[in-house]
Amino acid sequence: MKYMLIMRADDTAYAQMREADFAEMLETVGRFNDELIRAGVLLAAEGLADAAEGVVVDHSSEPPLVTDGPYGETKELFGGFYLLNVASIQEAVEWAKRMPITGPGFKTEIRRVPTIDEFPQDNEWIKRERAWRESTGQL
Amino acid sequence: MTEPAGREAVAAVWRIESARIVGALARYTGDFALAEDLAQEALAEALVSWPRDGVPRHPAGWLLTVGRRRAIDTYRRRATQDDRYAAIARDLGEGGAASGPVPADPARDADDVLWDPDRIDDDTLALMFVSCHPVLSREARVALTLRVLGGLTSDEIARACLVPTATVQARITRAKRTLGAARVPFAVPPPAERAQRLGSVLNVVYLIFTEGSSASSGSAAIRFDLAGEALRLARILARLMPAEPEVSGLLALLELTAARFPARTGPDGEPVLLEQQDRRRWDRAAIRRGRAALARAGRGRGLGAYGLQAAIAECHAVAESVRATDWPRIVLLYEALGRLAPSPVVELNRAVAVCMADGPAAALSIVDGLAADPGLATSHLLPSVRGELLTRLGRTDEARAALRVALQRSDNDRDRTVLSRKLRALD
Repeated sequence: MKYMLIMRADDTAYAQMREADFAEMLETVGRFNDELIRAGVLLAAEGLADAAEGVVVDHSSEPPLVTDGPYGETKELFGGFYLLNVASIQEAVEWAKRMPITGPGFKTEIRRVPTIDEFPQDNEWIKRERAWRESTGQL
Repeated sequence: MTEPAGREAVAAVWRIESARIVGALARYTGDFALAEDLAQEALAEALVSWPRDGVPRHPAGWLLTVGRRRAIDTYRRRATQDDRYAAIARDLGEGGAASGPVPADPARDADDVLWDPDRIDDDTLALMFVSCHPVLSREARVALTLRVLGGLTSDEIARACLVPTATVQARITRAKRTLGAARVPFAVPPPAERAQRLGSVLNVVYLIFTEGSSASSGSAAIRFDLAGEALRLARILARLMPAEPEVSGLLALLELTAARFPARTGPDGEPVLLEQQDRRRWDRAAIRRGRAALARAGRGRGLGAYGLQAAIAECHAVAESVRATDWPRIVLLYEALGRLAPSPVVELNRAVAVCMADGPAAALSIVDGLAADPGLATSHLLPSVRGELLTRLGRTDEARAALRVALQRSDNDRDRTVLSRKLRALD
């Protein structure tokens, strides 16, 4: 089964990360990633650039409101993800507990990634998406 | 300390840590069988105390500390009868507290001789080679590998392999005795032996995969995901031995084969043959991972038997349909595979590819050449392929006879369903 570990962090956590020694952080995260590879469970992982570089499109109004990021109200920002191939959600939890960068304001959310079998295979749009995935080799 | 843990949390930790625990204890005691016993004792203690006190911050450290203490206890018990053990107990006792209760959260301190990150890879590799040692029966190798490297319980292995739990326990006990009797050292084999020994390791992982992916009896719902476990073991090996082409070849073969699983069964669970499979349901991500592994396997010494099978699976994976498949290339790959690993089953598969590339008549002469092969005498494979070829040649009566023989010899529902369908189509 595939699970996504979604990394979330608030302002306090981001401040801590900005102060950290970058080379040290790369090593810390690198070691954790190697643990995942050693255990044969890592499928994919990405980290996101600073939220301050981002843009937010708010769909509450028509037309939508575009502002420079990050969200004004939100306390937690999505910072990156791991995609793991493990046997159970408990196993995903155990890996999440080993996330190397921790402290006040760091959270990991765990969500199952449904398999293709869980969608109606005869739906026209699912069929179209399949064709696109096939032609481009997408996840 | 964290939240109290259920048995499931302990099981999850164990799946992550068991190889490291057994490996470190085996290095520490120099005795694989004892290490496995100690690891099981540590697990039993965790099952009692973690649900009560929560999962420790460093579960592996906790388990290793318990295992090490039990090792010292064992040697002390034996020391009353044997001076050698007294010396061992003294030696082992150095470099850390050796008695008293386990601290709630043992630190990974430098004094802990067991916690050596630089040794983990060698420990895991040695564990693989010992669990898959040629002195053991195939069933024992599979059971031991699932137990120490996969972290599965005897119950889980029994459910997955469709045998009683007692049988699994007996196999593991016997395997440990055999390894002891044969004086198998806990070590990665020397370079001269490594290639041959690696073959046994890869074969075990492949067996675990086929056990999990074959549609034999047993409800899929209660069967542990053995195919997934084999993939995990193959990935672990690929990380430990990146320069071994056959390791990458095996990983590629498993990824590319597993990619087709979602399309192998229809809505009512009936088997769907490759020709009829909805290729849009294949797992593209798995295909991509498989192709990347195959590209790695093709660097250097050229493809081995697993790499060639992966290359054949890749031909199917990249084809839009059966018709659009590069059958001449598949024929070449089967010819190469037949020279590296000759077997009547490979010849039969080559015949099927020849049928697709050059027509059924050319294929039939290959199949008829295999008629006397003792390796296929009781198998349904030859008559089912023969029946298919005769059907395509319009020789209906002979086709019917061949398919009936195949049906008689078939031992699982999946094949019988397919054969009955082919027979009905002839009426």
